[in-house]
Amino acid sequence: MTLLLLIRRSLRQHALSTVITAGSIALACGLLMCVWMVKTQSQAAFTQTTTGFDAVLGARGSKLQLVLNAIFHLEASPGNVAAADFEAIRRHPMVKTAIPIAVGDNLRGFRLVGTVPELFTTVELAPGKKFTVQAGGKIFDAEAKEAVAGSFAAQRLGLKVGATFKPFHGLAFDAKAEHADVFTVTAILEPTNTPADRVVWIPLRGLQTMSGHDAKTATDVSAVLLQFRTPMAGLQLDMLYNKQGNRLTLAFPVGAIVAELFGKIAWFDQVLTLVAYLVALVAAGSVLASIYNSMSARRRDLAILRALGAKRRTIFGAVLAEAACIGALGAAAGWIFYLGLYAGVAGLIRAQTGVVLEIGAWHPVLWACPVGMIALCALGGIVPALKAYHTPVAETLAPVS
Amino acid sequence: MLAVTDLSKSFRTPEGERVEIVRVGDFALAAGEQVALRGESGSGKTTFLNLIAGILAADGGRVTIDGTDMTALNEPGRDRLRAEKLGYIFQTFNLLQGFTVLENVVLGMSFGPRGADRAHARAMLERVGLGHRLDHFPRQLSTGQQQRVAVARALANRPKLVLADEPTGNLDRLHGREALALIREVCREHNAALLIVSHDEEVLGAFETRMDFAVINAAGKARA
Repeated sequence: MTLLLLIRRSLRQHALSTVITAGSIALACGLLMCVWMVKTQSQAAFTQTTTGFDAVLGARGSKLQLVLNAIFHLEASPGNVAAADFEAIRRHPMVKTAIPIAVGDNLRGFRLVGTVPELFTTVELAPGKKFTVQAGGKIFDAEAKEAVAGSFAAQRLGLKVGATFKPFHGLAFDAKAEHADVFTVTAILEPTNTPADRVVWIPLRGLQTMSGHDAKTATDVSAVLLQFRTPMAGLQLDMLYNKQGNRLTLAFPVGAIVAELFGKIAWFDQVLTLVAYLVALVAAGSVLASIYNSMSARRRDLAILRALGAKRRTIFGAVLAEAACIGALGAAAGWIFYLGLYAGVAGLIRAQTGVVLEIGAWHPVLWACPVGMIALCALGGIVPALKAYHTPVAETLAPVS
Repeated sequence: MLAVTDLSKSFRTPEGERVEIVRVGDFALAAGEQVALRGESGSGKTTFLNLIAGILAADGGRVTIDGTDMTALNEPGRDRLRAEKLGYIFQTFNLLQGFTVLENVVLGMSFGPRGADRAHARAMLERVGLGHRLDHFPRQLSTGQQQRVAVARALANRPKLVLADEPTGNLDRLHGREALALIREVCREHNAALLIVSHDEEVLGAFETRMDFAVINAAGKARA
């Protein structure tokens, strides 16, 4: 009780420096947790975002670009796959499903992807989970100028069933590049928390034969999304397309290729983590400086307490506990800061990629970081605690007469 | 209750010279006894009280309080003895400015045998007439009221020995008289021995037993 009273009053007496110090700890703690969680959660989310496919077949080029283009609807297509190649892979005995996609147009910045209705009717995004449309909608007809909008794209573009639009040429929005074709929205997809939410889907033929597109490539596709009958199929087709062939690239397995992306940007994580560690160190240093500076003003109080019978170790413990309390206040505020920051980053990632980071996700860093910060602050309290420990009572209370 | 034998303390001056401030041969106080010690500024009387209280370590000699040799104890032992057996009233009151009146008394008790007994602390403050000021901070009180808080704090643990260093030095004559009467009365109620040092003749005149610190200090030096 005595210790609590001493700490409470001391924190209150130095409220401004307590708030500033706890604030810097909150910043460090929240930043550290956020960097860590965004890193681990985005890595997990991206590598698990296969939308139900085992591999992607595309033009010769980078596997990562192929996956980013075909699964995440980012990046440009590395080239086209001829209709004959699509037919060959579709008929391959080890391939269970082959869904062609074609890209190259957008609707006010949201990508238009041409595909076949089977994507929505037969493919499982995850075991037992297929695309579903919102009430009143129906999947487009393969031969009609119709469209199915992903939930996020529909919300942002204000699309509703029955709405019509004209696509724009290219992946980036250019108001002058409008096509003459008019498409009618027949359905809005329920949210899938995948990049598919950011896409406006139209029939493959609709995109291939769009006015202004090169008629010579009207049967080509941008990529083929594949499901295999056995995992061995991936290895065999990898040999066929990647090692023996030189026209096409098979990106397999999708998750491992996305993981490569994180390997390439690992330096960025390291920089952010380093910054967060530095902020943590500065915060611990500010605890030290803040309490140490207040020691001069508190020398008399400490001497009075000693004269009343407080042991040196009680005084030492009180200062140390005060430092830990500032750390705990900072850690608690850091949690709130983390939740806000993480929600913001998750929202940004979702808006940019369609990948959803779980807000309530748990990771040991979420307790280890606050506990570590409290320990670091207590460590920072050792120097001022030692100063308090050595406060000379008689000299401080009154000059020797 | 208090027995001092051959107690000595010296300090080194900035010039490096060693000056003996205190050398008290024999000094004793019985339980409930009240003694005033006359001493001019700089005579070493505060040092003498600090040595008795164990705030300063003596160079030599013995201080026995209620049968315990203070000088034989290590620092934590002296802290414990001070918390359990002593009440110290300072000239400048030495109240904790960031704590309320009640908290000052509770904290004073918390290191002693009674622990942080808020009810008793409240009762002590009521006893010194500050029951209506429990949640005030020292700066919100008059000088006389602050001294009464210091008295309540020093006596809340029912100490066997009360040391008072110029307890009226910062008070006007009227409040000084009131404070002194209060200290003596509460000490009597608790049968605590009281050693008060002052250079105020009016304070000294109020005591039946008066001693001159210069005399007992000189006697000790002569004996050495």
